[in-house]
Amino acid sequence: MSIMQYNGGSVIAMVGKDCVAIASDLRLGSQAMGISSHFEKIFPMTDRVYVGLPGLATDVTTLHHQFRYRLNMYTIKEEREIEPETFAHLVSSTLYEKRFGPYFIEPVIAGLQKTASGDFKPYIAATDLIGCLNFAKDFVVAGTASDKLFGVAEGLWEPDLEPEDLFETIAQTLLNAVDRDAYSGWGAVVYVLTKDKVIKRELKGRMD
Amino acid sequence: MPDGSFSHPQQRQFNPYSDNGGTILAIAGADFTVIAGDTRQSEGYSIQTRYAPKVFRLTDRAVLAVNGFAADGNMFVKKVKQRLEWYRHAHAKDMPLRAIARLIQTMLYAQRFFPYYVYNILGGIEEDGSGAVYSFDPVGSYEREACRAAGAAQSLVQPFLDNQIYFKNQAAAPNQSHPAHLPLPDVLSIVIDSFTSATERHIEVGDGLEIYVVLAKGRSAQGLEGARGIQELSTKSDGDRVFVIRRELKKD
Amino acid sequence: MAAASVYTPAGFDFSNEVRNSFLTERGIPLPKATSTGTTIVGCLFKDGIVLGADTRATEGPIVADKNCEKIHYISESIRCCGAGTAADTEFTTALISSNIELHALTTGRKPRVVTAMTMLKQMLFQYQGQIGAALVLGGVDATGPHLFTIHPHGSTDKLPYVTMGSGSLAAMAVFENGWRPNMERAEALELVTAAVSAGIFNDLGSGSNVDACVITATHTEMLRNFVKPNERVQKERSYTFRRGTTKFKKEDIRSLVVSEDVIHTGEAMDTS
Repeated sequence: MSIMQYNGGSVIAMVGKDCVAIASDLRLGSQAMGISSHFEKIFPMTDRVYVGLPGLATDVTTLHHQFRYRLNMYTIKEEREIEPETFAHLVSSTLYEKRFGPYFIEPVIAGLQKTASGDFKPYIAATDLIGCLNFAKDFVVAGTASDKLFGVAEGLWEPDLEPEDLFETIAQTLLNAVDRDAYSGWGAVVYVLTKDKVIKRELKGRMD
Repeated sequence: MPDGSFSHPQQRQFNPYSDNGGTILAIAGADFTVIAGDTRQSEGYSIQTRYAPKVFRLTDRAVLAVNGFAADGNMFVKKVKQRLEWYRHAHAKDMPLRAIARLIQTMLYAQRFFPYYVYNILGGIEEDGSGAVYSFDPVGSYEREACRAAGAAQSLVQPFLDNQIYFKNQAAAPNQSHPAHLPLPDVLSIVIDSFTSATERHIEVGDGLEIYVVLAKGRSAQGLEGARGIQELSTKSDGDRVFVIRRELKKD
Repeated sequence: MAAASVYTPAGFDFSNEVRNSFLTERGIPLPKATSTGTTIVGCLFKDGIVLGADTRATEGPIVADKNCEKIHYISESIRCCGAGTAADTEFTTALISSNIELHALTTGRKPRVVTAMTMLKQMLFQYQGQIGAALVLGGVDATGPHLFTIHPHGSTDKLPYVTMGSGSLAAMAVFENGWRPNMERAEALELVTAAVSAGIFNDLGSGSNVDACVITATHTEMLRNFVKPNERVQKERSYTFRRGTTKFKKEDIRSLVVSEDVIHTGEAMDTS
């Protein structure tokens, strides 16, 4: 078994109309054995940039701390908050630095990017474990249930969903995908980011 | 060191199996069943053919979809058809669906230690007139279900079907409940969208789509007359009826 | 890691090597990175170079990105197509692009294709094939148009028409059949499109759209999504859910609007 499957876990992000959503399961396992059902893998980096870190749990913690450190250094130097696209490149470079001894994490980034006119534009991206960036206009997925997430999201997603509709679509995609994955599940959490608020919801799902 | 000398132990191996990609799925309705498969046959990164059927009409009420190793699949279908013909000669009628399912189990388990490397899905109409789907593993373990996907994109399609056919994880609207069976047009839409989705995200799925529809005896063909590229295959029009709908899928 | 040092040295960091090779020794294989199954091509014509690429990125049999960019910027009149490990092609070309810019600034001359080629091959050779980048490098400089292929181990070829990636045989078949010396721009672009299309339709590792890039002595034209022969058809029905379909246990709404209430306390200032 690959080390990417050792602790389990999955993350998905989707674009809606002037909003983005990012969601993950809450399982922490040790191979087939469940350890915790409160293991959060999505972290706020700024008010409008969120990152999901599915993969090896030790690296989830390590990378979360490393990103926070590098982000603080950026904020101090630049005297401004980081934009999601810049943060995606920070993630990418951090991972590629360890090209020949990688962290076993496939990050997903979701955020709202400030435009020249002062509006917010949805931004999502994912990278592989050595930092190859993947921008998408619709959705990105990662983790042990990635195949299932791809299949369901490709069926359910449609453009220009309002925040409440996007919540339903991303929640249904995640729940149905993780129910077919032995290494993901045990609860789920969804964040919906809009220009003036962040909604966090813990979903009711199968706990087996 | 295969040098012909006997100083070292030698080992040679022939792998009789390969994987030819593709995906199949079947959904049972109240009085109909839909069985579908894509028509791409591939090996590694190459397409062997863009049209190799994986779904076969066995009788006027039974359709078999076969996925996995194509050579085994074709031979298996051939042998099932032969057994069904013998049954017709002996009993002067078509074998009932649940009997075909049991026949397939015994035929697969007979090869327990050199299996047919195929996943079978049998769909059709039961003797009581209800739609039925039977799914098998390569050595004959089987189960009757309402819907099943198998093959390369099983992991992409099955959770989508769980959500759209079984309404998994969906709370029903207040004072309402989810239907046990969906109407035919809805099922056809879900089948087509499942395959276009799988084509987008799985490299081994594409080229063409064949959807077989089996209607119970006495059920009108309502919901089918509008379908593009439909063709009737049944031998008589007063019993159970079989139709096939052919569609194009992306070819990249 | 050097204990929370503010200074991090440039280049690769091998600090996880010990841990990861321990895992490999214990029989746990290293996971696979995104690879670009890819068809990339390049072709010489009368006035310059045409480069072409498909836009599919795969992780095993799954399509990870349906519309990625595989023609990378090196300099204004040098571009590079990448196949192999996606992250490696991305970062290798970005590094060489950066070094080429610095080189151009120090020499005060426009960069040459051979310079980029040499920098790339020396880097790839140094890493003994561990950096899995297979490249098609093309461009026009003071010495004319040049087209190279660079293999992951650092070997190079200079040819009038080249292909690489899993769709290279399909694409090369088209080139061998259709390439002639001194083609016009339109003819060359059509041939490149046909070659990449052969890869898109006949190689499972390649797919989606055709990107092309025409480089001449005076002008570079990046034709992103030049042909889009694989758009998804309209879905049979909509899959939006009734609001309230998904049950949730807990909700936490955080407002990002900063609101200030100004409360007057005490007397107003005497401004008379």
